[in-house]
Amino acid sequence: MALMLVDARGMSCPEPLLMTKKAMGESPAGFQVIVDNNTARENVARFAKGNGYCVKVEQDGNDYVLTITRE
Amino acid sequence: MDDKKGIVLAGAVIGALAVVLVQAGNAVNYGLCIACFIRDTVGALGLHRAEAVQYIRPELLGIGLGAFLAAAIKKEFSPRGGSAPLIRFVLGFFVIIGALMFLGCPLRMVLRLAGGDLNAVFGLLGFIAGIVTGIYFLNRGFSLKRTYALSRAEGYIFPGLNLAVLSLLAAAPPFILFSVKGPGAAHAPALLSLAAGLVVGVAAQRTRLCMVGGIRDAVLFREWYLLSGFLAIFVTALVGNLAVGKFNLGFTGQSIAHTDGLWNFLGMALAGWGSVLLGGCPLRQLVLSGEGNIDSVIAVLGMAAGAAFAHNFGLASSANGPTFNGQVAVIIGFVVVLAVARFHMDKSPAVKMKGGMKVGSDVG
Repeated sequence: MALMLVDARGMSCPEPLLMTKKAMGESPAGFQVIVDNNTARENVARFAKGNGYCVKVEQDGNDYVLTITRE
Repeated sequence: MDDKKGIVLAGAVIGALAVVLVQAGNAVNYGLCIACFIRDTVGALGLHRAEAVQYIRPELLGIGLGAFLAAAIKKEFSPRGGSAPLIRFVLGFFVIIGALMFLGCPLRMVLRLAGGDLNAVFGLLGFIAGIVTGIYFLNRGFSLKRTYALSRAEGYIFPGLNLAVLSLLAAAPPFILFSVKGPGAAHAPALLSLAAGLVVGVAAQRTRLCMVGGIRDAVLFREWYLLSGFLAIFVTALVGNLAVGKFNLGFTGQSIAHTDGLWNFLGMALAGWGSVLLGGCPLRQLVLSGEGNIDSVIAVLGMAAGAAFAHNFGLASSANGPTFNGQVAVIIGFVVVLAVARFHMDKSPAVKMKGGMKVGSDVG
């Protein structure tokens, strides 16, 4: 299944979270977010977990891919 | 949950250090203030000539260096920039104009509240109003666009600058100006100030502590993480001030403060709004600068320029209240920040399909 991919690399606080929030509305079942720093990774993961999502984080070079799914 | 304990602990340490710094010589409710410390430091460098507020603040330099060291050790030092640099300079400039109307950055606002200074209640209300205004634009697509990776050398300039200014404090050549009276003359021993700054820089870097982010995230996402750090600073400084007899409840007779509620409100409204658009309060900009974020360095340089202009043009308030020039500058600030917000609302959805995946910077 191809998940919607949100590219939040290079975006400053709080834009990665706003994009994640928007994605929850667009694709409530699940989606992926790419970020390029620890702060955004922590913030997006904390926010998704707080909204009842499961979060899987994979490192891809300097980026992090967060797979956010209902589970 | 663990990270929440971390930020509460960081806030408690910062609140306690603020009280310790006052006990050791800083002016009352002046333990930590990024806006004031930038203003004092540019004064010492001779960029303004307000004789009462000239001192190279080791706390300020320590925060930048502490954030740099923490980021370097944790492999989070990552030079990047290119996201609307001149806009960030301008926003930094007006954040300080607003802060010096109120007489304090958001961090000092919390410390003033913790010292019983009720004028800061108007500041807090303005700060919240400014943040909510900023959120209005964030919700409508406000963005200063992406940052890009830069060379490591670029990232070393800011910590290098901090070290250079610190060496000027140590060497004290005749062209560096030091206040002999006033807030600039009231300071803790330099080594204690530097050590406190280093601790604050490390703590704030590790926890991402941000005064603006606390209220912004609570309103925007019902996310309380950053706000818990903000509250921990308040509670610890309040307890500390009560313990050492520095709690003085009221409006009048407060240290480095004035009683004009309207302009306290408007000053912090401008600082709050500008900071939301920058993505963080002056403390956070300083910490990000240490991490190699050149956009934040530009914002800090804008703050330094703003602080110098604030005293050269008579814009900063004093204990006697705001100045007419300062009121005009704050109004100009609102117009400029509104223009920045209005012209950076990104309406383009920029979503495309790529290999069966929807890819976009904006999923709307």
